Amino acid sequence: MSVRHALLALLSDGPKYGLQLRHEFEARTGEVWPLNVGQVYTTLQRLERDGLVVGSEGAEEGPQKGYRITVDGARELTSWLQTPPDVEQPPRDELLIKVLVAVQVPGVDVHDVIQVHRRHLIELMQRYTAVKADAAEDDVALALVVDAELFRIEAAVRWLDAADARLPRVTPTPGAPARGAPAAGKAPARRLGARS
Amino acid sequence: MLELRHVSKVYGEGLTEVHALLEVNLAVARGELVAIMGPSGSGKSSLLTIAGSLEDPTSGDVVVGGASLQGMSRREKSRLRRRSIGFVFQDFNLLSGLTAAENVAMPLELDGTSARAARAAAMTALEYLGLADRAEHHPDDLSGGERQRVAIARAIVGERGLLLADEPTGALDSINSEAVMRLLRDITRRGAAGVVVTHDAQLASWADRVVFLRDGRVVDQTVPPAGPESLLASGPQS
Repeated sequence: MSVRHALLALLSDGPKYGLQLRHEFEARTGEVWPLNVGQVYTTLQRLERDGLVVGSEGAEEGPQKGYRITVDGARELTSWLQTPPDVEQPPRDELLIKVLVAVQVPGVDVHDVIQVHRRHLIELMQRYTAVKADAAEDDVALALVVDAELFRIEAAVRWLDAADARLPRVTPTPGAPARGAPAAGKAPARRLGARS
Repeated sequence: MLELRHVSKVYGEGLTEVHALLEVNLAVARGELVAIMGPSGSGKSSLLTIAGSLEDPTSGDVVVGGASLQGMSRREKSRLRRRSIGFVFQDFNLLSGLTAAENVAMPLELDGTSARAARAAAMTALEYLGLADRAEHHPDDLSGGERQRVAIARAIVGERGLLLADEPTGALDSINSEAVMRLLRDITRRGAAGVVVTHDAQLASWADRVVFLRDGRVVDQTVPPAGPESLLASGPQS
């Protein structure tokens, strides 16, 4: 979440004071991301330094100092809105690593490991859904924020389901590789996004 | 309201024997919505049909509203279903020749309620589901979301205490699915016991408890969710 660009967006419909920006930021993100005042002013100072906003002349730093977006700021905001987030490289996902490691550890049933994480994620989804269920029907910002989290977590659950189905359920025999382990000496066909 | 005690179900015999459920214990109280999750073939649908008395278990017992199904005649089970159990299916199972109100009133009329009283109860149920103005429409004239709400109205008409739903949102988009789950949650909050079978984690997350089935066994379940406060603590990055 970029506070920098969120503040530019809030200034795009007219000049505002620092305190006002903080309140509007929290309201428009369903009050899910509390923002401290210091964070707002530090970010505004950097935006001013970079020529993306200008503060009201002669005003002291503080809640009553007003800011407006510059032409460069508006250009930066448009560019940011249209730039896709970096999702091309597979992330170093801790869940993925745990499942890959569990496959290799003797005595560990990878399916049990998958179930522990599946339950944890669904419990987390229950908590987010409770937020949405209790929210006012017209609180669209909160619904969008919660939906984003729910879809993100759901993707992890679906990946766990696929992993569960993909990994064979076999009874280990003495000396055999751990459950679900690939055959010895068989390298993966290719490596995605290998990073050191 | 619903209790499954050591329920097992075996289909076929000998080489073709399939153990759909193995020693399943499950209790669902009034006011509680439970989701059953598991991969295909894990026994989810068998659990639901046995809980709804549509099938008998091979061993074990099912208790609905304090009444054991063991030893009940077919007629007694039919009466129990009409009076105490509401079913919601993925494909709605509405009769296309009847209006929404007639579909909803039908279980009550089959149970001997007068047409007038059944119609009044149906209208109350449709009103609760926001469909009073669609009462005279036939299923073909309704959207998918409306059809499923009619099916839910039919499942709850007559104050039935147990609601069983098998992938109730499978044919709906995400917004209509959410509306259906909100309704199921609201219905259970008003005192019914609900069981929803689904493979969809988002829908399961509307339940108070999620029970996981694997190879016919209950292997895990969620613990009641904590409050949402801690979810709101992490701040954004500058």
